[in-house]
Amino acid sequence: MKEQVIIADKLSKRFGQFMATNQISFSVSAGEIFGFLGANGAGKTTAMRMLCGLSIPSEGSASVAGFDVYTQTEEIKKNIGYMSQRFSLYEDLTVLENIRFFGGIYGLSDLQIKEKSDALIQQLGLEKEAKKLVAALPLGWRQKLSFSVAILHDPKIVFLDEPTGGVDPLTRRQFWDMIYAAADRGVTIFVTTHYMDEAEYCDRISIMVDGKIDAMGTPAELKKQFDAQNMDEVFYQLARGAKRKE
Amino acid sequence: MFAVEAKELSKVYGKEKTIAVDAVSFSVKQGELFGLIGPDGAGKSSIFRMLTTLLLPDGGEASVAGLDIIKDYKEIRKRLGYMPGKFSLYADLTVEENLNFFATVFGTTIEENYHLIKDIYVQLEPFKNRRAGKLSGGMKQKLALCCALIHKPEVLFLDEPTTGVDPVSRKEFWEMLKRLKLQGISILVSTPYMDEAALCDKIALIQGGKILSIDTPSAIVEAFPSNLFALKGPSMYTLLQATNNCPMVEHAYAFGEYAHVILREKEQSPDALLAYLVEKDFTALEIKRIVPSIEDCFIRLLR
Repeated sequence: MKEQVIIADKLSKRFGQFMATNQISFSVSAGEIFGFLGANGAGKTTAMRMLCGLSIPSEGSASVAGFDVYTQTEEIKKNIGYMSQRFSLYEDLTVLENIRFFGGIYGLSDLQIKEKSDALIQQLGLEKEAKKLVAALPLGWRQKLSFSVAILHDPKIVFLDEPTGGVDPLTRRQFWDMIYAAADRGVTIFVTTHYMDEAEYCDRISIMVDGKIDAMGTPAELKKQFDAQNMDEVFYQLARGAKRKE
Repeated sequence: MFAVEAKELSKVYGKEKTIAVDAVSFSVKQGELFGLIGPDGAGKSSIFRMLTTLLLPDGGEASVAGLDIIKDYKEIRKRLGYMPGKFSLYADLTVEENLNFFATVFGTTIEENYHLIKDIYVQLEPFKNRRAGKLSGGMKQKLALCCALIHKPEVLFLDEPTTGVDPVSRKEFWEMLKRLKLQGISILVSTPYMDEAALCDKIALIQGGKILSIDTPSAIVEAFPSNLFALKGPSMYTLLQATNNCPMVEHAYAFGEYAHVILREKEQSPDALLAYLVEKDFTALEIKRIVPSIEDCFIRLLR
């Protein structure tokens, strides 16, 4: 059996009387692309924050990259990458400055940063844009750069929070090519999305409803279980029953 | 008279003269639900801001409800409703205070036009004393729509109302739009979600400040050459790469659980492609001819 890099057991977060995340249990193996789906307000962000070491759980246990989410949050942060749709790069820094900044944050040496920058600029074909402000880049390019920066320090796991929202359909597919390439190198991908066609690109997915994981499996298994033609129908069947209106 | 008419409308930004909107022309009939479909950065918001008289164009002309967007800007503002992409209500006023504020600014009352917002507002009413800044995303969006409607506008401008919203809530939002259309309100809506295009009467596909195509969703789909197939098999990622290397294939791309494949020749059968793939050791393949979606059309236009 493959190494389990994320293990959550009855992981919960309570805000006052409100159970934002309610006893979720799952595990993700190394190199797996795991889709973490759910309606707005289902508790995805809260769960993700606990797994990234940004929020201490109320109950249950979890480990990420072998580190405990209660006691080893700093170790977790060093071993994961994180990218969100809302904030990813500094728009008023250039492409190169952003890479240097994040490289520094992740504790890479000057030499490592230099080597990584050159390789990354070449891979993305950004030679002409390297000294331009990130604000001047089209969103699709910015998201591709942002993903590369999130895995600059070779983390074991990368968390992607709606990485493709608002991106054009062609660039969205190129972005998934990058995800596949990273997974191929053994990076574990934990991704949220509102595009149900992207749910199909994951090895396994879970769907959260009202703080709980209501369904989990490969896309094919879930479609069979819910007797559905596509993931859109599976999602609709589950989320329609949600009581919690965000 | 058109509800909205744009002729060669253009916008250029900054010292570098970045062209955000490039001579865009389209018209929205009265009572029509018209969609501007395109990714972030396509120029959708700039078009919205020019039409709602918040930004001066650098070229071309446009009218809303028959009024010129430059000369008649004061009159237009009374007649249109605008929901910007970014939440723009008063965060420190309550739900009810926000609504009251917008009604008063336009010289009306909540009671007078309550019928327009009733369906949406009943969901907000339990929270009417909550500050708008403390609402969840979906609730903020509903309140913003109510505030844009409370003065009974002739034309409604909705800039990406469903971005970041889950599929179920998105469906609900489009149901609301259909009901508003029945009340005779003309609606211009923008979205990056291609699946929402099919719900509009007419759409313009937009990218890089230019309109790529403009028509009814069904006409756009019909204009697609009839050589699109859906292909499925084990190890999709390598299958996709192999398919793209096949000489008879124009383009193959991932589409949910299938790969969509466009063959170069219009009347070509997919048998030769299957033979090619079997020779490359792919097994258990399934292929079928399919009707394209708007997303297929958009991808084709982007290339």
